[in-house]
Parts: sequence; C-alpha cells; structure tokens
Amino acid sequence: MARGFTKSILSYLVAISIVVWILAPILLSLLSAFIRVEYYYGGSSIIPLSPQAYTLDNIRLLLILGAHSALIRSFQVGVIVVILSVILGIPAGYALGRFILRGGGTVKLIILSFRLIPVALITVPIAKLLLTVGLYDSVVGLALVHTALALPFVILITANIFASIPKDLEEAGLVFGMSRFQVLLRITAPLALPGITASALFAFLISWNEVFAASVLTLTERTLPAFVISALGGGTRGVAPDPFKFAAILFLVLPAILIMAYIRRYLIVMWGATR
Amino acid sequence: MVVNVTLDRVTKRFGSVVAVRDVSIRVGRGELVVILGPSGCGKTTTLRMIAGLERPDGGRIFFDDLDVTDVPANKRDVAMVFQSYAIWPHMTVYDNIALPLKLRKIREDEIKRRVREAAELLKIDHLLNRHPHQLSGGERQRVAVARAIAFSPKVLLMDEPLSNLDALLRLHARAEIKRLQRKLNMTTVYVTHDQIEAMVLADRIVVMNKGVVQQVGPPDEVYNKPANIFVAEFIGTPPMNLFKAKVEDEALVAGDLKLEIPEHSSKVFESLRGKTVVVGIRPEHIHLDEKLTDLDSVQLEGTIELVENLGSEEVVHVRVGDVLLKAKHPGRLATREGLVKMYINIRNLHVFDPEEGIRVM
Repeated sequence: MARGFTKSILSYLVAISIVVWILAPILLSLLSAFIRVEYYYGGSSIIPLSPQAYTLDNIRLLLILGAHSALIRSFQVGVIVVILSVILGIPAGYALGRFILRGGGTVKLIILSFRLIPVALITVPIAKLLLTVGLYDSVVGLALVHTALALPFVILITANIFASIPKDLEEAGLVFGMSRFQVLLRITAPLALPGITASALFAFLISWNEVFAASVLTLTERTLPAFVISALGGGTRGVAPDPFKFAAILFLVLPAILIMAYIRRYLIVMWGATR
Repeated sequence: MVVNVTLDRVTKRFGSVVAVRDVSIRVGRGELVVILGPSGCGKTTTLRMIAGLERPDGGRIFFDDLDVTDVPANKRDVAMVFQSYAIWPHMTVYDNIALPLKLRKIREDEIKRRVREAAELLKIDHLLNRHPHQLSGGERQRVAVARAIAFSPKVLLMDEPLSNLDALLRLHARAEIKRLQRKLNMTTVYVTHDQIEAMVLADRIVVMNKGVVQQVGPPDEVYNKPANIFVAEFIGTPPMNLFKAKVEDEALVAGDLKLEIPEHSSKVFESLRGKTVVVGIRPEHIHLDEKLTDLDSVQLEGTIELVENLGSEEVVHVRVGDVLLKAKHPGRLATREGLVKMYINIRNLHVFDPEEGIRVM
C-alpha cells in the first residue's frame, strides 16, 4: 500500500517535470511575443509584472513587414496540399490498407523511402524544374512540392485507417443489400472520415512547418516560415530584437498546436499501433 | 419467403489450397443444418459461398430452383450473423436493424413495426437508441440476430455466433436460437466447431474436414453411427476410445487386451476374420462394476490410472496392456485405484477400416 503510494507520487513527479520541461520554454516564448522591446532588454525579471510592459506592437510590426500576406499564402499552400494529398492519398491508402495490392508491404516501404532523401539535396533540381515550367516563386509550385513531401505520410496513415476498419462491417453491408458503392458511402467513409480528417490536417502541418524548400523555391511569394527566416533571421543578420522573433514564433506555433490538439487521439491509430 | 438451399459439388480454391472440395448439401425449407468441423475445415468458406461473399470455383448453388451462383451477395436476400457480430459502430441499434429494410424501400411504419417486433423477440427493445459501444457482448450478439431476423431473409446464415460469449451466456443463447428458429421456421445454416452446439441445435449435421464432407445426418445418427474415424473422434466428450486390434477366431486382440467375441455374435465378425481393424467404443458404453447380463456383453480387466471427477459423473482412465480406455461412470466409483472389471456390450463397438478410416461395422 505504502509502496504503491510512493510509486505513484514518483511517477507524478516525473510526469510533471517532463511537462514543465517542454511547456515552460513554449509558454515563455509565447508570452515574450507581447513584451515591449525596452522592457525585454531593460527589465530586471524575465517576466515583467507591470501591465505597461505588454503590447501588441511586436505583432503589428510583423504584420506591417509582410507577415499578413505570408500568413495567407501559407494557408493557400496548405489548403492546396490538403486537397491534392487527400485526392491522391485516399485511393492509394485504401488499396494498401485493404490488401488489394500484392506485395503491399514492399510498396509501403518504397513510398516511405522517398522521404529518406533529404529535401536539401533535391531542392535545387526542383527549383530548376519549376523555373522551366514557370512555377518558380508561385503558390502552386510550392504546393506541388509540399504535396510530394506530405503524400507518403498521408498514404501510410490512410492505409492504416482503412486496415483498422473490420472487413466484416463492409461484408455485413453487402449481405444486407448494399451495393459496393453504398457500402463505401454508408459504412467505410463514415468510419474512416475522422481519421482521414486528421491525416489531412497532418499534411497541412507538414506544409505549414516546411521552411527549406519554401525558402529556396520562392523569392517574393514567401510562406510564413520562409518569411520569418528572411525577415528576422538572414535579412537582418540576426539583429532583430528577440520579442519580434517571439512574435513570429507565435504565428508559426499557434495553428500547429491547435491542429495537434485535435488530431492527438488519432495519432495512435494513424501509426498503426493498434494493429 | 424462405427457400431450400442446394449446394451441388461446390469447390473453392485459394491459390493452390483447396478450401472446399466437391461439397454437396441440401437444406430443406425451415430446416436448421449445422456445418461442424475443426478450424480450417472449410465450413466458414462454405457459408460465405452461400452468402455470396465468395464465388465458387466449381459447382452451383441453388435457392429453390433458382441458380444463384452468379448472383452478388446484395441481391441474394440472405441474412448473416457474423462471428464478430459486425454491428455497424457508427449507428444506433435501431438504425442497425432498420437500415437493411430502408435499402429495400419498405414503408417507414412497416420498418418501425418490424424493428420493434425483432427487438422484442430478442429482448433488446430498451436498447434501440444506444450505440454499439454502450452494449455488452451478449447484447451485441442479440442485436446481430435481431438485424438478421427483421430482414426476413430467404436463408439465415450464422457463423459461430456464440463463440465470443462466456460459457453461461452461451448455453442461454444456444437455447434461445433454437427456440427462435423453431418459432420463425427459417431455413438456417449454422457453422460451428463446437460439437455439443451442433448436437443441440441441428436438425441435421454436416461434418466437414479438410474441405470435404465426412458425413451428413441427424445428430443421433452422426453420434451413433459415425461414418469414419474422424467423425467418431470429433463428436463426443470425452472422445471415443479407439485402438487397433486383430480379429481372431474368438476374440479381438490388441496386445494384452482381449475382447472375447461371444458365440452369439461371432457371425458378425466372420467376414473380418484375420484382418486388422480399428475398434471404437464410447466411454459411456464401458460399464464399471456393474455386470451386464446381456448375451452380447463381454468382460475386461484393467488398472485404474486416473479418476476425473466431473460432479455428476466420473471419467475413469483404465489401462489394459498398451491400451488406455476412458470410461464414463455415473455417480462415484467405489474403487479409486487398482484393478477394475469392465463390461462392454459387443453391439456398442464401432469397427473401422485402418487404412481408409471408414466404418465397416
């Protein structure tokens, strides 16, 4: 009894330390996005207590510099990525998940192996390719490249989602009078939909967070991460005040956190842990 | 309207494996036929071919006179209770039962009536608004049966519907299925590996092994006159005692074990004289300590090795030379060890050909 109690106290302590270790820097940087530059550098404590120390000016400045249109562009790219990877990924995932394909395991491995090639290595050839077809420095061009990056994951995730739907449920549909199409519509789709939504959001996140290809493949049509890098990192040789950088982090991290919070419960199924 | 089902020399291969070979079965209108066999014997594949979920590679399937071999599952008007129940998890119990009827374009008030009727029959009318994940295993099983019954199919198919229930619930559900099938008079094909389930439920049993039908007959016939060694061993608990013996002039001999042939029945064994056979005797046909006065009965003596107490009866392991016999003894045996006398009525012996395994007597 006493031992179990000590044990549970210990495990709580470990859990709390891990949470603090991860959460504290994130919260601190999000908070710092709202601290006035003069308080940030002149203040005596990391977290100023006076209300005058907090402002929306950092975010306003970032928007003036062009974060606004970069944000919209990031969304545009992300939405195109989601649409393309879902349209292409669902049929492929269904075929793999339902074992319609012979040697499905090998196919999965080949699909995944495309992600073994570092993006940095193929970005320059891709840039050349996009220049030839006239898609360099465009939302569509970048979206195509991001789709290529996200698609393997979408295929593997949807394959696992379809594999996790018992075949019996579909066969019961057939026996009780449904055509194959009705089975897809009334049984398979509703059961797969939450997982597919999650995988689509995952594809969105991959595009949202991707910075290398975005920096190389665009000049003026920058997505948010590329914009942040060029405006606050490379562009200013790193001398931009920290609160501005934290404000940029806020822009980058907030959608990611919201999406992750939603797809959290599907992550386990998505990676096939339940099989 | 229910139909009779005929399978005519149906064969199914998966790659190079023959899962079902030349199976011919006839199920009469309102009859309950149980397909019984060990796992991998082809019984579920046979059922799935009747459902239309598998296409046979050879042979035809008929519902009455209609050849349905090429009719897809959704046009066959059969209902199936799956081993996993296959209740659709994203629908309420009501919708699970009602959806197949909606697809048939039945009037709304008629659907309501039939769902209610089936739900009352299976005592799940209080669960109609629940989702499957809120139900226990037994309740899910009832929903699956209700869905099948409300469909009023031409044929009702059941694939080990009780195997996921715990022992007590299974006994209860078994009786209930029998009662429902009688009441609704549905043509039913029921698949199981549980021989007791088959004995209790079936009008006729089809015993299958390795894709081949071994015997078809009413439970009594399959039990009392097994067509071959496989059926003899598969049905009955504990299984039938089987041992090789030589038919000599006045006895069946297996090492130290000598079963004298009473003069009265010596004619029966005449044709087998000099041959080696496999002799079978059911445990309940070996009587311990109670002398049979019948003309056909013979006496044996052996050593008790083990007594298994089953409460109402005991299973006694008795060794005679190289042969270990299991005898079922009602009540408690007086002697628990040492020598014991056994009495066997020679007419209760089953005799099989040792090579082919088929019954010769």
